[in-house]
Amino acid sequence: MLSESDLGAIWLTLRLATTVTVLLLLLGTPLALWLARTRSVMRGPVSALVALPLVLPPTVLGFYLLVFMGPDGPMGKLTEALGLGTLPFTFWGLVIASLLYSLPFVVQPIQNAIEAQGQQHAEVAATLRAGPWDTFWHVTLPLARPGIITAAVLGFAHTVGEFGVVLMIGGNIPGETRVVSVQIYDHVEALEYTQAHWLSAAMVGFSFAVLLLLYLLQHRNAARGLRYGV
Amino acid sequence: MDRQLHTHRRRPLCAGRNLKARAAALVTGVLTMMAAAAGHSREVTIAVASNFTVPMQAIVARYEARSQQRIQLVFGSSGKIYAQIRNGAPFDAFFSADQEKPARLIDEGLAEPDSRITYAEGRLALWSRHNNLPENIQVLLKTSQFDKLALANPKLAPYGTAAQQVLHNLQLDARTRTRWVQGENISQTYQFVASGNADLGFVALSQIMRDGEIVAGSAWVVPQSLHTPVRQDAVILTRAVDNTVLADFWRYMQEAEVATLLASYGYARSQAVTPSREEGPHAE
Repeated sequence: MLSESDLGAIWLTLRLATTVTVLLLLLGTPLALWLARTRSVMRGPVSALVALPLVLPPTVLGFYLLVFMGPDGPMGKLTEALGLGTLPFTFWGLVIASLLYSLPFVVQPIQNAIEAQGQQHAEVAATLRAGPWDTFWHVTLPLARPGIITAAVLGFAHTVGEFGVVLMIGGNIPGETRVVSVQIYDHVEALEYTQAHWLSAAMVGFSFAVLLLLYLLQHRNAARGLRYGV
Repeated sequence: MDRQLHTHRRRPLCAGRNLKARAAALVTGVLTMMAAAAGHSREVTIAVASNFTVPMQAIVARYEARSQQRIQLVFGSSGKIYAQIRNGAPFDAFFSADQEKPARLIDEGLAEPDSRITYAEGRLALWSRHNNLPENIQVLLKTSQFDKLALANPKLAPYGTAAQQVLHNLQLDARTRTRWVQGENISQTYQFVASGNADLGFVALSQIMRDGEIVAGSAWVVPQSLHTPVRQDAVILTRAVDNTVLADFWRYMQEAEVATLLASYGYARSQAVTPSREEGPHAE
């Protein structure tokens, strides 16, 4: 069955995914709102940047992050100057990498949900003397709820499933950077196929449960199927 | 969103004829590629542990030049290649990073027992990008005047196991453990040090040595007495037992020219057939 180090990896993975999801909802929602409403010429380039991790192989991201956050990289120099040391091989290094990696999975559903509302609700709220902040909290956000739930679940699930980036910058430190996907890889490489099976089966079960939950939530909300987007 | 979905659905219908032509072209293309692949199927394909990438390319280049035969190389970690062979990968021979996996393949009837050779014996080095690695490495490791110490995962990589043995034999493993960062193989361990994210790392001497010289930074070549030898075995797989090119390449692997080449990359001469006694503890 699952060994102690397997359970440690599972716990670390859940901690990482939760941290990343909370941070991404905080950072991604304003970004999605801006992308949905802006007419700036920057909309195209920013959208492309947000979507970039969908296209790039995780090894590319991992490799650049290793260099970028390393002692010679701009971010590494900054974190060292701030007395934080360098970020590879640390939990927060993984958090930053996962933020980038899972960004499109959070921003795009929220953006789609806001775009689908159109401007009418906000305009009606404005005629009733609601301020922009008031409109955002009491009209835009509640209407975008299905999109936000999708974003949270996808962001969480995608962080759980991450492998390539962690492999490149993780350093495989128990309790700090050895997440489930790396643990499974270790088992397979060490020819411990039985243990790899147990942990992989747990991952399949977990992923299915998450997606089923998402489907049921969406279904109840709006009688719709699971959709990437709204 | 719904509107977008509709347009997506309609588009292929309008372009039906175009689609058919494209599909035909695709099928033709795939068939051509398959035919081309079949034409090359007599070529020898050897799967090689990634730590041996550079020397193997050099060896094969020399061999191809003199024999006019083509050898195709596939690189990966030994564990992955082993799993692929068990699942029917079309490889003719396997150069592993250890002795265990070729032995297993022989036990499982997937490799030829008689073909097994120990083609190289790896040397370990403690390496830093900086030029000022002190003479007395034990003092450095004891004073902990370094941030991270990279080593290959001892569970997966023979070089990692060797590194762990070195630290254990110097009674430094407990003291340094909190500073370990583990690469999943020796290539990644090298990368951790090369990118400056780890100050020090146990890497394969072959990774930092060309023509008998350390190419960058400074290194302590670990005495072989501090760890069990990192012996690397190769086997011919059962499916290629009658392959004459491969048999010829196997003879070439055991010639002096290859031994000299391997030494210039920092591999010790293989001592598998008649293992000699280890040298004294301060041989280096």
